Formats: sequence, C-alpha cells, structure tokens
Amino acid sequence: MKYEAVIGLEVHVQIKTRSKMFTRVAAGYGHDENTLTDPVVLALPGVLPVLNKAALDAIIKAGLMIGCEIPAVCKWDRKNYFYPDSPKNYQITQYDQPICIGGHVEIELPGPSRNVMGEHKKIPVTRIHLEEDVGKLNHGAIDSLVDYNRAGTPLMELVSEPAMHSADEAYAFLTSLRNTLVYGGISDCDMEKGQMRCDANISIRPIGEKKLGTKVELKNLNSISFVRDGIEHEIKRQIAVLESGGTLIQETRDYDGQTGASQSLRTKEMAHDYRYFPDPDLMPVKVDAEWKSRIQSGIPELPFDKQRRFQEQLSVPFTITSVLVPDRDLSAYFEEAAKLAGPGKAQAVGNWIVNDLLRELGASKLSLADSKVKPAHIAALVKLVDAGTVLTSAAREIFVEMFATGDQPDGIAERKGLKAAPTDAGELEQWCRDSIVANPKALAEFKSGKDSAINAFKGPIMKAAKGKANPKAVDETLRKLLATM
Amino acid sequence: MSSELIYQPISQLADQLASKKVSSVELTQAIVARTKAVDPKVKAFNSFDEADALAQARASDERRAAGQARGPLDGIPIGIKDVISVEGQPLTASSKMLANFVSPYDATVTKKLKNAGAVCWGRLNLDEFAMGSSTENSAFHTTSNPYDLDRVPGGSSGGSAAAVAAGEAIATLGSDTGGSIRQPAALCNVVGLKPTYGLVSRYGLIAFASSLDQIGPFTRTVEDAAITLGAIAGYDPLDSTSFKTEIPDYLAELSKRKGPWKIGIPKEYFGEGLDPEVAAAVEKAVSYYEKLGCEIKNVSLPHTEYGVGVYYIIATAECSSNLGRYDGVRYGHRSKDAKDITELYFKSRAEGFGPEVKRRIILGTYVLSSGYYDAYYLRAQKVRTLIRQDFLNAYKEVDVILTPTAPTPAFKKGEKASNPLAMYLSDIYTIGVNLAGLPGLSIPCGFSKSGLPIGLQLIGQPFKEAELLSIAHTYDRAHDWATRHPNL
Repeated sequence: MKYEAVIGLEVHVQIKTRSKMFTRVAAGYGHDENTLTDPVVLALPGVLPVLNKAALDAIIKAGLMIGCEIPAVCKWDRKNYFYPDSPKNYQITQYDQPICIGGHVEIELPGPSRNVMGEHKKIPVTRIHLEEDVGKLNHGAIDSLVDYNRAGTPLMELVSEPAMHSADEAYAFLTSLRNTLVYGGISDCDMEKGQMRCDANISIRPIGEKKLGTKVELKNLNSISFVRDGIEHEIKRQIAVLESGGTLIQETRDYDGQTGASQSLRTKEMAHDYRYFPDPDLMPVKVDAEWKSRIQSGIPELPFDKQRRFQEQLSVPFTITSVLVPDRDLSAYFEEAAKLAGPGKAQAVGNWIVNDLLRELGASKLSLADSKVKPAHIAALVKLVDAGTVLTSAAREIFVEMFATGDQPDGIAERKGLKAAPTDAGELEQWCRDSIVANPKALAEFKSGKDSAINAFKGPIMKAAKGKANPKAVDETLRKLLATM
Repeated sequence: MSSELIYQPISQLADQLASKKVSSVELTQAIVARTKAVDPKVKAFNSFDEADALAQARASDERRAAGQARGPLDGIPIGIKDVISVEGQPLTASSKMLANFVSPYDATVTKKLKNAGAVCWGRLNLDEFAMGSSTENSAFHTTSNPYDLDRVPGGSSGGSAAAVAAGEAIATLGSDTGGSIRQPAALCNVVGLKPTYGLVSRYGLIAFASSLDQIGPFTRTVEDAAITLGAIAGYDPLDSTSFKTEIPDYLAELSKRKGPWKIGIPKEYFGEGLDPEVAAAVEKAVSYYEKLGCEIKNVSLPHTEYGVGVYYIIATAECSSNLGRYDGVRYGHRSKDAKDITELYFKSRAEGFGPEVKRRIILGTYVLSSGYYDAYYLRAQKVRTLIRQDFLNAYKEVDVILTPTAPTPAFKKGEKASNPLAMYLSDIYTIGVNLAGLPGLSIPCGFSKSGLPIGLQLIGQPFKEAELLSIAHTYDRAHDWATRHPNL
C-alpha cells in the first residue's frame, strides 16, 4: 500500500526585544546564570505582570508579513502545569483569542537541479500567538540547577495547518519562515541558541484516504536538518508499524537528532490537563486600525517577492538570487551595488558578490559588515570591466587586492599596471590583419555566417598585445576589417 | 498619656503632631507599648520590628523639624496585613509555606504609605493566604476578638481589624477578596473600606483571587478612611488592572457632598439567617438616614442567591493557579526528604499548606479541569456579569445600597471551624460587592446585648468612593459607636 504523510508544525520563535515580556528586566543570551531576573521573573509573592508592547508589535508585524488577520481583541490565558523551569507554574499564553489568525507561508521545494528554481507552494497557517518562554534546567550528577535568564522572554508560537506531506516541505517551511522573520527583524532565529524550536505532528494515511491517521507529536527538534531527519524517520517508523500489522498510538515522542532515534515521552492518556483560563492579572488587548497600519508601514519586502523582482526586473538568474535572497543584508548590499553600477549590470554585480566576495569572506572568516569591499567598489569594478578598461582576468586580481586593502579598483589597476593598454589604432589594425590572414579557415567559416568564428582571431591578437588590448576595440576592429574581406 | 494617644483618630493625631504636642516617636512608642501589653491576649500580630518602626518615626520627626512634613499620615503608625510586602520585613501570608520568607521589595501601597510619611508597623495575622472568615486558618495562631477573647475577630484580615480595635495601631491595611476587610471591621467595631476594583494597586499583595482582591484601610473613623485611601489610591503602571482615574481629595470632599441621598435596601439581604439584633441595629441606621431626609427605596438584587456559589468557583479557580508558585523550588518551604521533583512538589505543598488552602486549591483545580470548565468556571463568569448588572440596575434608582455587613456578630472560636459551608456564609453580604468590583464600606452601627459590635455596610457605585465616604461620614459623625473600646 502507498501512504501519504500529513504534517503540521508548531514553531516557537524567541522575539528580539530589549526587555522581557511582562517586566522591564533585560532579555538576552549568554549571561551568567540568573542575572536577568527580577521579582516578576522569579514569581515572588505579590508580583504582577505588565505587558511589553514591543513584543506585541513584533508579533503583529510577523502576522502581517504572512497575511494573517489581526483580530480587534486578543486576550491572555494561563496554562497551568508544574515544572521547575516555569517560575509561576503557569505560563502566560493565548488560548482561544490569539493575536494572529490565518495567513500562509510561501515555500520553495527543491528544484530538479541545483540551478533551477523548485516548485512554490503556500502552506496555510492556523494562528500565531504570543507567550512567555520558560527557564532552563542544567542537570548535574546529583542535582539539577535552574537558570531563569530565559524565563519570561517573549516567544511566538506559530501553528501551521496539517498541510505538508513530506520532510522536504517541512524543511522548506522552516527555511522560508526563518528568512521571513529575519527580514522583519523579529528574531535572529538562531536554532543553536534556541531562538527557534519546532514540534512536528505527523500522521500517515493510505493515499486517497480523506480521514487523518493517528497523530504522533515529535518534540525536541532543535535544528532545521533534525526536523527533516526526524520527520523522515517517523514516517518510516509509522509505515513499518502498519505494514507489520501493528496499530499506531497517539503519543508524544522525543527525537534525538544526534542518534537519529526517537522514544515515547507520553501517550494520550498521560496528556496534561493545562486548565487554561483567562489571566485575571492582564486586560485583553485591543488592536485598532491605526496600530495595525503603523506596523504595516514598516513591513519589508518578503524574500520570495524580492527574488522574483531580482529575476524579472534585474534579469539576475536563479543561481545568483538563490544565494543572495536568503541573506537580507547581502540582498541589500547587492541592490545598492547594482544601482550604482547602472542599468543592465545587475547580473555582473551579482556574479562578483556570489563568486568572489563570498569566497573571500569565507576564506578570511569575515562577515559582510566587516568587508572593506563596499557596494561602490563592486560597481566601480563592473564599470571598469564593462568599459574594457580592465580585462576579466585582471579584474579578478584587482578584486583580491581590493578585498585586502579596501582601495578603489581604478587605483589598484593603475598601480599594478593591470589596465588594458590604450591601443594604437594602426598597430591594432595591423595585428588584426595578421591574425585574419593567418587563419583562412576561420575566415571562411565567419564569411559563411558562423559568427563565433571571430573568436579564433582574438588569441593571436592578445598575444601580440601582451594581453593588454581592449577586447571591445579588438572586436570592433576585427568586424570592420572582416566586413571588407 | 498613652491610652489617650492610642485611641485617637488620624485626623486628631495629625493636628497634635503638627503642633508638636506629640512626636511620632512618642506616638509610636505608645503603640509599641500597647502592643506589648495586649497582644499576648489579642494576638493580632505575626511579627513586629520595633527598632525599624522607631527609626521611621524618628525620620518623620526630623522631617517635621525641618519643615518638611508630608501630610496627615506623616508619623502615624499603620499596621500592615502579612500578605502585603514591605521591603526587608517578613511576608508570611500566615502560612508555613512562607514562614521564613522576607520580602525583598515594597508593595506599591507600602511605597505610597512610606512616601506619605507613615510608619509601617508590624505584620498582621490573617487566615492563611487570606482564605477564611475567622483568622482561625492562620498557621501560627488565631487572633482573638478584642471585645470577647473567646470569639473570632472575623477574617481574613482579622489581625488588621483587631489591631485597630485594641489600640495596637492607629490604622491598618487589609485585603478584601469576598469581604475580608468589611466583615472583620464589623465584628471588631472599626471602619473598613474595600475600594473599587482597580482603584488601589495590587502590586505587592500576595494574590488569592486576582480578579476579586483589593487592598483597603481599617480605621477608627470614616474621616480616617478617607485620609488613608487618598494616600494609597491611584493608577500604578506595575498593575495592569489598575485604573487610570483622577484621585479626588477624599477628605476635602467629605463635608462638601451633602445629601439627601437615595438609599437602596435590597430585600435579598434581609431574609433568613440574619441575626435579629443585627437586623434591629441596621434598621435603626436606616431610620437615621430617613430622618435626615434621605429617600429609602426597596431595590432588588435578584441574583444574590448565586453569589456565594459563583464566588467559590471563581476565587478557588484563581487561587489554584496563583498558589502554583509555592512549590519549594525558589523560596518558601521545601520538604527535606523529597527524592525527586514530583515528590518535592507533593511533599513541600502537603507540608506547607493548611487544610483550607488545600481544600480551595483542589476545588479550583476541579472547576478548571477540562470537561468541567464550561459547566463551572465559564457559567460562574456569566452569572458574575448578571450580579454586577443587578447592582448597576439598582444604581439607576439609588445613590448607595445599605445592608448589614455580616449576618451575625462575632462567633465563637471553633464554632464554624469544622463546617466550611457555614463559615462561607458569614461573607454572604459582602461577596457580591467583590464579584461586581464595587466599593463597599463597613461602619460600626451598634452592639448586641452581650456587647458584641455590629456593622453596617454601604455599597457605592464604581469609583465613587468620595460619595460613599460622605454618606458614611454623615452617619459616623452623628454616632459614637467608634469611641467605645474593648476592655482589655
């Protein structure tokens, strides 16, 4: 029997705010244990929460970016459960009236080859809500210590519809969501720092069947690759159980990305009763049209929209846009350089960035912000090549020097004698004549209409010019002469 | 000298402090001496810090000497219920759970009192975590009613009421979730005010039921209640449920506002279970207002009978969640012999909480659990809205509602302790006010034949404390119940 997987994701993302969600103490990562706390974070007797509006702004922005509806009112609920990393033993979250409803995440599936864009799909989103994060347990040999630095950090939870059917789709969903949230400045989505975490709900059913199969929740997926591996593993496991005549049980499983194994955490019967109820310490929040439009006006272009624009309006191929677009800063860098280089030069600009700049940055372990090569450098270099002032081979050398020194390409070309020689027209014409005469075969081909045959004449000319002839002038002179022959 | 000082109202003491007839240190010493003399009998206090109080008093005297006195509360010793935090002082909620807890921060009301110059004095006993109507649920000791040491002072703010009645504080702060200020005020012959929900910040008040809790003062006179309320009321950015509203000068408003008022008498509050002596005293108060020219109108609050039921669903639901933080992990009682985290929770909570607190946590956990939420909690919230609507409808016809505060005078210790339901009914006249979020006030209105105090409750419209206090002040000024003191 052929099976189809049905996958829904619950993604938790830490929101980038200066302070925590319900108090003024700073939010942050990598500080000494329990230094980012105050009476509210530690839930001391008598304290009360006060909402950080910046966290709400961020969620509304995230929602508007993926086309969610923002209801006029959202409210706060308590999710009650006992766990030592939860200081109040309830978590303030949103149960039945979240900030964002609906929307979708556009995804791109792997293409037939690396150089070709894959299929795009829209995966519907159920909701996004805001809640507070919990602390962290550090288990020792005989004790467990709690660090509340993370407790109370604003956390968004996005729940997708069960509308994905493969591990690849889930992988693409998370990649796209991460790009979008990074673009919006909502989170850095660094999974290593726990800024983005994911649970997956997976079931399988025979192809053609409408009813959903028994759902298994996979927890502890803390990298995008682990999500893909975990889901693949789980689909195989479920199929194997059914094929061997077994039945699946509704359960929560813990997936270990390192070992690739999963184990049961709890079954439906052991599920928590969270006893949700409206938090009496917090008032419902009214989100009016003015608030929404203020946030709407700050929303950036979405990654895939940007990619389409680069390809359609700037004629930059997928191979380049697929490298540029996932990185917001790199895209902005590219756009600035392309603008400075002028119309029609975007692809050349893109080539320099994707091939040379990224290679040099990688080799020197520098970030884009550290680069001495600025967009203006790239634009200037493209212009030099385009004008024939330097040859492509020389330009490569110039780039390396430019990367090391931050000097302008024109100056480097001058200093290092890399400029194409200003050719004496008579001398050039003589070299061209010599070359044509020396290659009657190519001449015959050219005259019979094979335009590319012209290239056969260029090598000897360059040799004669010691590599410094302006290729544009060489081409023009050759064509002029050939026309008379 | 000292007995003259300890029973004076704030209004008179403020004059004496201003004219330097008495210093705050002298006043505070008198209060300390009185407390040391009578508290072994009354047991209103869980703890007090004499040195700290005298240091505050000295600071007040120095301010005054420098011409920087801050108003009528400057130098006045005010006791604080042991459920409201005072920086550096114990905060026990009268529970074993917090027996050794010292608060590292000030509640907003504490800060405001300190800013007004008041001397924060002592930690007053209560029913554990403010759950109860007799102060018998304190994990430490039961406070006695100063008028009859065999009887309860009411609850949960029994310590706060008894301290004012016994002259162990000039005023005190309590908290009122279902009547916990008004009922003990009535039983102890003092004035107790529960403000409109949202008027006084709850930041620093250990939460029992967040949507019902409100801090308020115990005082000798309505005038003093106006002074104290003025000091603690107002919007607090640390409390999301606090209300942005202009705070009038309650004291100045007292005599400005004159009746005659329209006074509503809800028939549902004068039925079965009301002690005849209480009924008679309250009826006398009604006739006083009538003689004053007030229009007495019968009103109906038809959902009154559901009040106690709705209250115990909402209050226990909220408390089951609010008390989740007492788990032995970060502070408070931790069981010594727990083997794992589950045992740590079970044992710490089993050892730390008393029976009434456990009863309410279990009840609250039940009414919130899936499958029962709609039948209990959600339905209770709907009825709560109806109860509030009853009051608001009544206020279309009257300015204020007048009722008894408690159905009976102070009962004997142990009398209701074994019957939770009977105990719950002692708040029957006060609970509706909390469910509706309204201001309510209890003033002394007489004594039973056996010498036990009786209280009168006036229920005002939301945020109209100024008017409520004026109406009460008119009665208070014309009667001398509050000038009677217990024989200790």
